[in-house]
Amino acid sequence: MKATCWMDKQSVEVIDVPDPEILNERDAIVRITSTAICGSDLHLYNGFIPTMKKGDVLGHEFMGEIMDVGRGVKNLRVGDRVVVPFTIACGNCWACKQGSTSLCENSNPSATAAEKLWGHAASGAFGYSHLTGGFAGGQAEFARVPFADFGPLKIENGFTDEQVLFLSDIFPTGYMGADLCDIKPGQVIAVWGCGPVGLLAMKSAFLLGAERVIGIDRFEYRLQMARDIGVETINYEEVEDGPLETLNQMTGGRGPDACIDAVGLEAHSPGLQYAYDRTKQALKLESDRPIALREAIMACRNGGIVSVLGVYGGMIDKFPMGVVMNRGLTIRSAQTPVHRYMRPLLDLIENGKIDPSFVITHRMPLADAAKGYKIFLEKEDNCEKVVLKA
Amino acid sequence: MHVTKTITINRPIDEVYTFWRDFENLPRFMYHLEIVETTGSNRSHWVAKAPAGKSVEWDAEVTEDRPGELIAWRSVGNDDDVRNSGSVRFMKAPGDRGTEVRVDLDYDPPGGKAGSIVAKLFGEEPTIQIGDDLHRLKQVMETGEVLRSHGAPEGIGRSVLRQHASQPSESEARPQL
Repeated sequence: MKATCWMDKQSVEVIDVPDPEILNERDAIVRITSTAICGSDLHLYNGFIPTMKKGDVLGHEFMGEIMDVGRGVKNLRVGDRVVVPFTIACGNCWACKQGSTSLCENSNPSATAAEKLWGHAASGAFGYSHLTGGFAGGQAEFARVPFADFGPLKIENGFTDEQVLFLSDIFPTGYMGADLCDIKPGQVIAVWGCGPVGLLAMKSAFLLGAERVIGIDRFEYRLQMARDIGVETINYEEVEDGPLETLNQMTGGRGPDACIDAVGLEAHSPGLQYAYDRTKQALKLESDRPIALREAIMACRNGGIVSVLGVYGGMIDKFPMGVVMNRGLTIRSAQTPVHRYMRPLLDLIENGKIDPSFVITHRMPLADAAKGYKIFLEKEDNCEKVVLKA
Repeated sequence: MHVTKTITINRPIDEVYTFWRDFENLPRFMYHLEIVETTGSNRSHWVAKAPAGKSVEWDAEVTEDRPGELIAWRSVGNDDDVRNSGSVRFMKAPGDRGTEVRVDLDYDPPGGKAGSIVAKLFGEEPTIQIGDDLHRLKQVMETGEVLRSHGAPEGIGRSVLRQHASQPSESEARPQL
């Protein structure tokens, strides 16, 4: 089959690799019909997530048709159409029973290494380094899906791929970002990053009752996409000293009730902070560049919530703990427990509350994945979201 | 040398105890073991994978058996090279979270006049190996089997640095466990 493989830093290639087979009884093999490139794939592309190996099959947002099932899978049949959650979860452990499927205790074959790095291991994930288990990803013609009796969501109505594909990751992730804010009527929510997940967090914040949503980015076309869904925007390169003062002005000096970091470990800023973090990151003195997170903490109103869905891998520097403590902030974060959100979010799509496909700007064949990575990284041609058709 | 490790398994105590008490199940999650045969109500014969493709064998006896609580065993005979003993305790986890399983193993340290073979079985980081064993036990008890990936075809136990690329392989090795 054809598969998009990580070959080296800033090098991906679509190459021929063997077709996957059933490895465990609860596996399924999916013939992929649509898959997407995620902003978090760019962290892999840029080499910021450790433990990538040459030849790793990338991709964790995918859907398709069941081709084969192991004998432990009774709920799916060949030909069923499914969306696959990017986090892998068993459904049996205590974490899964609580709905915290991204903390599955059984789905990460690299649990021991993850324990060394993070204290305790998190779940496995598709195509996302060897720290999350060494699972081949879904930017390919076929994928092997573990725990297929628990994870994949069967799509039975006549939705297009594009309407439901993002249930695999970015819609639940954006929605979780807003959900973690405990939004109440009248609240103002600020979102750092107008990428696909940021936009879906903004849309979700409105669905959850926010009165106003403010989006922060530096790319005018992305800010425009946010404005198109009713969001007020700040271009942080056009305001002095970052977005803090502007946010204060927009919120009567209070600051946003909750702040969502939809940027993660490769944040940018025009100021000295960026130079500091970029240098420390290059020297491997700091793994992640937390500029957006620091800004979100500074901006948030007293007693507010900072919700972090942007990806962080390890350690950060200059964390403003004094702000968190003295101003009574709550920080909430997770890799998304996708399984918990898929069904209710499918209902939102079915009821016409949202069509997540509004984030798509580029469609191309799987064979062009390398080009897709490049234009997405470089923000060429106003690229917001790339969908690959296998 | 004393090694101890603990894990919580989301299954009732009796089920975890019963699984462990059948020593023939141990190789399903203890990868250094090839086979364990029950040879009597309290006796068993253990075959382990020794370095350089060899195997090493010993007989063991259960020294204490308190159903739902504790199993202790030790190697029998005069062979100092394979002297080892162990115990496993089962405790109800608080908050309806199943069973806490605590394993204690004792063997002679490497470099000493005896016990070097068993020390080699457990390697330079015995705590990690026992931890991997317990992760696999948890997978078997909670999900039915050890989960494999293309990077780690045998499942938990292969260090991240030694994993294959996350890519299907031609032979699609399906090691029988």
